[in-house]
Amino acid sequence: MAYATTAGHGEHDDHHPTGWRRWIYSTNHKDIGTMYIILSLVAALIGGVMSWMIRLELAEPGIQFFDNTQFYNVLVTAHGFLMVFFVVMPAMIGGFGNWFVPLMIGAPDMAFPRMNNISFWLTAAGLTLLVSSAFVGEGPGTGWTVYPPLSSIAYHPGAAVDFGILALHLAGAGSILGAINLIVTVFNMRAPGMTLHRMPLFVWAILVTAFLLLLALPVLAGALTMLLTDRNFGTSFYAVSGGGDPLLWQHLFWFFGHPEVYIIILPAFGIISQIISTFSKKPVFGYLGMAYAMCAIGFVGFIVWAHHMYTSGIGTNARAYFTVATMIIAVPTGIKIFSWLATMWGGSIDFKAPMMFALGFLWLFVIGGVTGVVLANAGIDFVMHDTYYVVAHFHYVMAIAAIFAMFGAYYYWIGKMSGRQYSERLAQIQFWIFFIGVNVLFFPQHFLGLGGMPRRIPDYPDAFAGWNMVSSVGAAITMVGTLMFYYIIWHTFRYGKTAEANPWGEGATTLEWTVPSPAPFHTHEELPVIGAGDHGHGPLHGGVQPAE
Amino acid sequence: MLKKLLALALVAAAAVVSGAGQLRAEPANGEPTPWAINLQPAFSPVMEKVHDFHNLLLVIIISVTVLVLAILAYVMVRFNAKRNPVPSRTSHNTLLEVVWTAVPIMILVVIAIPSLRLLFFSAKPENPEMTLKVTGHQWYWTYTYPDQEDMTFDSIPIAADQLKPGQPRLLAVDNPVVLPVDTTVQVLVTADDVIHDWAVPSLGLKKDATPGRINETWVRIEKPGTYYGMCSELCGVNHYFMPIQIEALSKEDYQAWVKQAKEQFAAKDGPATSLARADRAD
Ligand SMILES: [Cu+2]
Repeated sequence: MAYATTAGHGEHDDHHPTGWRRWIYSTNHKDIGTMYIILSLVAALIGGVMSWMIRLELAEPGIQFFDNTQFYNVLVTAHGFLMVFFVVMPAMIGGFGNWFVPLMIGAPDMAFPRMNNISFWLTAAGLTLLVSSAFVGEGPGTGWTVYPPLSSIAYHPGAAVDFGILALHLAGAGSILGAINLIVTVFNMRAPGMTLHRMPLFVWAILVTAFLLLLALPVLAGALTMLLTDRNFGTSFYAVSGGGDPLLWQHLFWFFGHPEVYIIILPAFGIISQIISTFSKKPVFGYLGMAYAMCAIGFVGFIVWAHHMYTSGIGTNARAYFTVATMIIAVPTGIKIFSWLATMWGGSIDFKAPMMFALGFLWLFVIGGVTGVVLANAGIDFVMHDTYYVVAHFHYVMAIAAIFAMFGAYYYWIGKMSGRQYSERLAQIQFWIFFIGVNVLFFPQHFLGLGGMPRRIPDYPDAFAGWNMVSSVGAAITMVGTLMFYYIIWHTFRYGKTAEANPWGEGATTLEWTVPSPAPFHTHEELPVIGAGDHGHGPLHGGVQPAE
Repeated sequence: MLKKLLALALVAAAAVVSGAGQLRAEPANGEPTPWAINLQPAFSPVMEKVHDFHNLLLVIIISVTVLVLAILAYVMVRFNAKRNPVPSRTSHNTLLEVVWTAVPIMILVVIAIPSLRLLFFSAKPENPEMTLKVTGHQWYWTYTYPDQEDMTFDSIPIAADQLKPGQPRLLAVDNPVVLPVDTTVQVLVTADDVIHDWAVPSLGLKKDATPGRINETWVRIEKPGTYYGMCSELCGVNHYFMPIQIEALSKEDYQAWVKQAKEQFAAKDGPATSLARADRAD
C-alpha cells in the first residue's frame, strides 16, 4: 500500500550517490538529517564562543573587552538567533526528526525528498547570512527581539539588520517546507498498523512542532517583511510618525515568538519520553495523556503571547487574561512531568548517559518551570521583566533543557546513526561537568534578576559583582563540558565500538531498533506491520514483525 | 533523605522571607546589595504587595520543586536496575492521572486570586495628587512636572571618574528626579527615539517608554531616601548606562526644592507637555 507513495522517486533509491553529490544533492532523509546535525554542531560552536565572550565580559564589573558596546549587543543578538534558529531547531527537527520520524513510523523516507534537500540548504544559507550580518556595518545590536524603532533605519542605518531579516526569512522558509514535509510524512507514510495512537511520542512531538512551525513562522515572515519595507522603502508599519505602532511589531513577533519556545521544547519532550521509557524498560505511562498534553501545550502556546509584553502598556484586562491563559500551560506541563516520573516508577532503570541527560532535563525543566509560574503573573512579572531572572528562567526551561535533550538524543541514537557506540565513561564525565556547569552558571542569575540587574548590559553596578563572578565560573565549567562533547564525537568515530542493532535491550522497542546499525542507506523497503496494543513499543506487547 | 531536603528548603525559604523584612529597618536606600538573593526591599505599597505575593509564590514553587525532585530521587534509588531487575508493566492509573491534573489546577487558582488582585492594584492609582512625566532619550531621562508650570530638566548619568563618595557607579545621575513622600504620584512614561523602560525595583516601578505612547504607572513613596534603577529595555550602545535616581523628600522639603528648582531650571524651555494630561494609557 504505502509503496505507491515511494514509486515516484524509485529510480533514486536504486543507486547510492557518492562523493560530494551524495551530500549536496541528497534526497535521503538520513544524509540530510546528518547534515542538519553537523550544521547545528557548527552553529553551536559559534554561538557557544559568543556566550563565553559575554560571560567573560560580565565576570567583573567595568567594561573589560567591549569598549565598542554595540559589538556586545551584536553578540547578544547573534547568540540568541544562532541558538534558537541554527542550533536547536536544525538538530531537533531537521536532524533527529529527519533521521527518526521515517524510521519510527516504518516509512522508507520523507514524503518529499527533494523538498527536504531545499529545506536544509535554505537553512544553511540562512546561517551564512546571519553570521555575516555581524560583520556588516555596525552589526545588528537589537537583541533577538529586533524591536523597532531600535531596529529601524534611523537607529541601525547599516545593512546588518537587513542581513539578519533575510537570514531569518531563509531559515523560516526552510523550516516551513520542512514542517510541511514532516506533517505529510506522518499523516501519509505510516506503516500498516501504525495508527496515530500507536506512534512513538517522539513522532507525536515532531508532528505538533511541525504544526506550530507552519502556523507561527508565516507570521514572523510577515512581520519581518514589514520591517524590511519600513527600513528600505519608506513604509511606516512600525513608525509612529507615519501612523504606525512599535507595539504592532511586538504583538506579531511574540505571536511567533511564544510558539517558538514550544517549537524548541516539544521535540525535547519527545526525545525524553523515548529515553525514559527505554532505560526504565517500561512503556510510557499515560501515553494518550502525554500525546494530547503536547497538543494542548501547542494550542495554548498560541494564545499567551502578550505575557512577554506586560510592561509595554497593554491594558490591564488584557494582562489579566494573559496571566490566566499562561498559567493554564502549567497543567499539561505538570501531566508530562508526573507521567515521566510514573514511567520510571516500577521500572528497572539503567543510568546510561542518555538517561542521565533525561534526568538532568527533568531537573532543569522543573526549576525553569516553576519560575515560569512566577513570571506568568502580570502583577509580579513586571518586577522581573527584562532582568536576569528571565534570563535564568528561559535558559533553564527551554535553552539548556533542550541542549540536555539533544545530548541525550545524541548518545541514544549515535550507534544507530554511525554504527559506533560512544564511550560510556567519557559520556558520564561529560554529563556531570555540564550539569554542574550550567547550574552554577544559571542558578545565581535568579538572584541577580531579583536584585534588579537588567539583561543585555555589558557592565553592571558593583553590587552585582559577586553572583556574576559565580555565574562566569559556571560558564567556564560549561565550556569544558561542551568542548568535551565535541571530543567525544571525535572519539566515537575514531575509537567507538561497533554498535549492535539494539544496544539498549528490552526497553528499546521502537522501530528504529529493528534495523541494523548503522541504519542502511535505505530502510523499511519492506514495510513493517505493527500489531494492536503498541505505542510504537512493539516487542513489549509482542508486536512488531516485518511484513513478508 | 526526604526529611533533610524538606528541612533545608524550609530553612532557605525562611531566610529569604525574613531577609526581606529585616532590611526595612535600615535607612531608606533602594539600591542593589552585594550577594543579595531576593527582591530589593520595598518602599512603596505596590512593592510591598509584590513582596507578599512573591513570598507566597516562593513557598509554592519551592514545595513543588522539592516534591518533584524528591520523587525523582526516590525513583532513582528504589527502581534502579540492581534493586528492581524486573520492571512492572503499569502504564495507566486513572485516579493518579486525574489527581495530577486537578491538584495543579487548584494550586493555580490559589495563585491566580492574589495575582489578579495585585495586578489591578498596581495598574492605577486611586487619587493621584500630582503628576510626573518621564521621557526617555538615548541615553538619559527628562523629567517634567506638569503641576509646577511644566518645570523640566534632564537627568544625565555621572561618568565613573566623576562620582562623588557614596554615589554608586552606573546608578547616580546629576539631577535626580525629586518626589515628595506619602504622596500618590501618577507617572506618565514616554520616549522620543527608541523604546526605553523606566524602572526602579525597590519602588515597584517598571514601565516601557515607547515613542508615540504615553504609558501610565504610579508610585507612593513611603520613606525619604534615594532609590535607584536602570533602563530596562535594550535601547542601543549606552543602554547599560542610563540610570534612574529618585530622591524622596518630606513634603516640606519637597516644597522648598520645588521653589529652588524652578529657578535653577527656569532657563531651560522644556518640551511641550500638554500631552502629559492625555488619557491614561491603560
Ligand atoms: Cu534606555
